[in-house]
Amino acid sequence: MATLTKKQIGGVLARQGILIAFAVFILVFTIANPKFLSVDNLFSVVRSSAILGVMALGVTFVVISGNLDLSVGSMMSFSTIVVLDLHDQIGPFLAIPAMFAMTMCLGAFIGFLVGYLRLNSLIVTLGMLSAIHGLTLTYSGGQNMDIADKEGTWFSVFGQGAALGIPVPILIFAGLAALLGIVLAKTAFGRKVYAVGGNGTAATFSGIKRARTVFTCYVISAACVATAGLIQASRSLGSQNTVGQGLELEVLAAVILGGASLLGGSGTIFKTVIGVLILGFIQNGLLLMGLQFYVQFVVTWVIIILAVWLDIAAKRGKLWSPIA
Amino acid sequence: MTDAKPVLHLDDIVKTFPGVRALAGVSFSVMPGEVHALMGENGAGKSTLMKVLGGIYQPDGGAIYMGTDKVVMAGPLEAKAKGIVFIHQELSLAEELSVAENIYLGELPRKRFGRVDWATLTERTDAILKKLNVGFDAKTRVGELSIANQQMVEIARALTVDAKAVIFDEPTASLTDAEKTVLFDVISDLKSEGVGIIYISHRMEEIFKITDRVSILRDGQYQGTVATADTDEEAVTQMMIGRTLDLSRNASHHELGDVALEVRGLSCGKLYTDVSFEVRRGEVVGFYGLVGAGRTEIAETLFGLRDPSGGQILLDGQEVRIHSPADAIARGISLVPEDRKGQGLVLGMNCRDNMTLPQVDDLKAGPFVAEGAEVAIFDQYRDRLDIRTPGWKQQVGNLSGGNQQKIVIGKWLSMHPNVLIVDEPTRGIDVGSKSEIHKLLRELAAQGYAVMVISSEMPEVLHISDRIVAMYSGQITRTFTSDEVTEDNLIQAISGIKSGQAA
Repeated sequence: MATLTKKQIGGVLARQGILIAFAVFILVFTIANPKFLSVDNLFSVVRSSAILGVMALGVTFVVISGNLDLSVGSMMSFSTIVVLDLHDQIGPFLAIPAMFAMTMCLGAFIGFLVGYLRLNSLIVTLGMLSAIHGLTLTYSGGQNMDIADKEGTWFSVFGQGAALGIPVPILIFAGLAALLGIVLAKTAFGRKVYAVGGNGTAATFSGIKRARTVFTCYVISAACVATAGLIQASRSLGSQNTVGQGLELEVLAAVILGGASLLGGSGTIFKTVIGVLILGFIQNGLLLMGLQFYVQFVVTWVIIILAVWLDIAAKRGKLWSPIA
Repeated sequence: MTDAKPVLHLDDIVKTFPGVRALAGVSFSVMPGEVHALMGENGAGKSTLMKVLGGIYQPDGGAIYMGTDKVVMAGPLEAKAKGIVFIHQELSLAEELSVAENIYLGELPRKRFGRVDWATLTERTDAILKKLNVGFDAKTRVGELSIANQQMVEIARALTVDAKAVIFDEPTASLTDAEKTVLFDVISDLKSEGVGIIYISHRMEEIFKITDRVSILRDGQYQGTVATADTDEEAVTQMMIGRTLDLSRNASHHELGDVALEVRGLSCGKLYTDVSFEVRRGEVVGFYGLVGAGRTEIAETLFGLRDPSGGQILLDGQEVRIHSPADAIARGISLVPEDRKGQGLVLGMNCRDNMTLPQVDDLKAGPFVAEGAEVAIFDQYRDRLDIRTPGWKQQVGNLSGGNQQKIVIGKWLSMHPNVLIVDEPTRGIDVGSKSEIHKLLRELAAQGYAVMVISSEMPEVLHISDRIVAMYSGQITRTFTSDEVTEDNLIQAISGIKSGQAA
């Protein structure tokens, strides 16, 4: 019991490490550029984080269930391209549900492979990252996709609209976060996600259908990706085939940064939202400091490493240990 | 023993952690050539004491003496250099490396340019192995060895230093009887060379077989040291838990109800064949046999984790097919599994959520889980089973083994099952909690549950069962009533020796 207390103290220190680092970032950014803390800038950060954030909400379910989803970036490209193409062919009313159905089928396929066939999620979704990219390019013939009549469609409301002065992407992100937060924290399904990720065998021994739970997590993740694709398509009304490329790592960074363990069984939607915002503020801060946009790819990597390290450190109560 | 100087003397060791006094002034000595047992329940402070001795923790008070010198153990390497060697319960060997490489890991003899001197390595290792009288050589890959032989490699590693004191921590946990004999021979060799031995174990019969003296800890307090020859199990238990333990045969018979579970000619491939038995309400049926006799596999079949290859399962007289644990649970079959941490609990979840996990779909308030109802269930079974935890929010991983097991039992009782299957109910649980769980299982039967208990501990089976099913190699060899059974005929039945009559 005594060692445990020590562990807990170490754990709290390690957890706060990320907040302390964040506070230092904010301080440096604010000193470097006072605009950083302005209301306009804060709003713009949240707005530009919305797409990433919506995807991170879904991936949170997958990660808590003890799996990974590295396919969300290329899946988002797929959703964007498909909805833009269908927009002009069958109209937005039908295009949106059709795109959701197709994207969720991809999620269901991954869920089948990982949940029912018990294949390793890293390999499955890494493979799907490439396969879906191929699918998107085949679909589009490698061409950029544009809506013909950009002025005359109401479709732009999801990415460009605002209600009560709040941009719609933020409203969607907030609404979805609230909904999924409640699903995860308050429903029986949410409880099962934690149980399956915490100890899949024990969950099975308690009569929980593990495969079905994992399957559902991937379908939820795909639905979130479809929503992100909708916002993306609606914002730009035209897109390249690679619009979501690399987002899978940023999403994962946000989820881990929020404190979800890659081993599964822990994390919350609220924490993921915090993770998304931290990531957004750091990237914004780097831009305001005049650094090139591309620096953020390196920074994202550093953040992932830092977050994983602190996660492990929190578990063993030390920053470094010769034994696991 | 009285004239010689102790090889190791711990004097008034105190160790506190925030909020806990883990060791409150513990003193004891180990003489050369003595096997000294250290006993206590889980959490009594044995591990902490050994970590102080091994230099992993620094004591807050007291001193360690080796011979007449006061020593400070700055770290594990220093403890080893001073001749204090630990043989841990969990082995730390590299399976892909040879025996010799494992023994000298980190200290391989070198030639020029850092090349390993294989000839010297093999020679030195074989010399040590010869001393241990084992049936493998320096070049054997460790992964090919049995657990007992792997333990021998650990011991051989200990012998590369000039060991003054060797600490065995639950060394027999995973050994067969034959392997234990070899281990005890090695211990007696070490003993004859004047090495002091500290032997930590929960198993009374071993303590009384091989140790010279016993020191007992309870809640971090030193309870005293007694000569093994002058004491008995009851006295030692009393010192460990502060009261006596009831291990008498279960004599009180109550009315048995209807047959709740009947199994006819059930087979599952080669795991077990043609198994038939019945369990009545109000009855505890014990399943006894060697590891691999097929008992756990029967339980797993009844719980829907394995598909039988033949035979029938009847619940309340109705034939049923059980395809999944969810199926089994719906039909009122519950399984408290063998591996508590691996199969029974989600350690990172809190007590309440673990307990209500199988019925989380049914506890609804609108679309949500009814947390109030969950807390009510938790409170009810916490009180009924006397689960000691600060509150339902406590992570299950932080509880003691006994309390963890009670959470698992509570989880199933709250489902009001018809048949409760309990696989190894007290594995890895300290002696005090053990008797509580035994009592609980008896009470449950008295309340009308049909209880199946699988156990590898004979005293346990004898103590709690109304009837005992003996298994050998996938088959039931005999079914005993509690009046018929004796230790002798039970051992016969599980060893595959044919006895005259079948019950």
